[in-house]
Amino acid sequence: MTIGLTHYLVVAAALFATGLFTMMTKRNAIGILIGVELILNSANVNFVAFDRYLGPGRLDGQITALFVIVVAAAEAAIAVGICINVYKNLATVDVDSAARLQG
Amino acid sequence: MHSAAFAAGEPAVVSAASGGLLEAVLFYAVAGATVASALGVCISRNIVRMAVWLFISLGSVAMLYFLLAANFLAAIQLIVYVGGTLVLLIFGVMLTSKSPWVRFDTPKLELLAAMGVCAALAICLCIVLSRTAWSGTQQVVAGATVAALGERLLTTYLVPFEVAGVLLMIVMVGAAHLARQEE
Repeated sequence: MTIGLTHYLVVAAALFATGLFTMMTKRNAIGILIGVELILNSANVNFVAFDRYLGPGRLDGQITALFVIVVAAAEAAIAVGICINVYKNLATVDVDSAARLQG
Repeated sequence: MHSAAFAAGEPAVVSAASGGLLEAVLFYAVAGATVASALGVCISRNIVRMAVWLFISLGSVAMLYFLLAANFLAAIQLIVYVGGTLVLLIFGVMLTSKSPWVRFDTPKLELLAAMGVCAALAICLCIVLSRTAWSGTQQVVAGATVAALGERLLTTYLVPFEVAGVLLMIVMVGAAHLARQEE
């Protein structure tokens, strides 16, 4: 059975849904970051699958995926720095307890 | 039957029937690993176990890139994402946990609501994807060379390339400032 474009898109959709669930339910700030990484990976799989099946000579999808990886690494670095600072000030990374600006 | 056309800097477009049984077996194995490890990420309650499942998931996505004939991107995924970003996340876990077994639990109602929403989203996406007639779906295997990617990065995508360089420098300065030692 030939593997078509739809197969890869379904895998990416499953990755997206699980990343979204992780972002919505985890209270640990690093856990939310892990959900973000899953969502970014699902977008990358979409880009590369479209590039391979809809225009094999053009590498636009792969270059876009490359830039997404770069931006994701940069964003993870800053987010972990923020989490470390939150831990220094609040002694926990529970996002429910970072509520001083609330109300 | 393979026919390769090599022009300077152009990717070698090899027209062939896609792998058949071997490709299908490999795809289902890798896709199963990806989805299973993603489910492991969202089911685990220990943050370190979530990071390990994420490691397996990112490695499986790199295998998917190999199946999609994106060799350079798969290598970059393994080096930058698994070897860089994931290690950074594990450092973050190490520096922000009081004990290895601390757990934050979400109320059951929120879990059920989130599960319902995400399942509905996944099902709707799969239905829409399977019913769309993607135009121009071809079974052509293209071998993208690193030379072709590099040429595009320096001609068509020069501005994003330079902006990404500046972004990385800014992020290095910012992260060093964020993680500084208070005197």
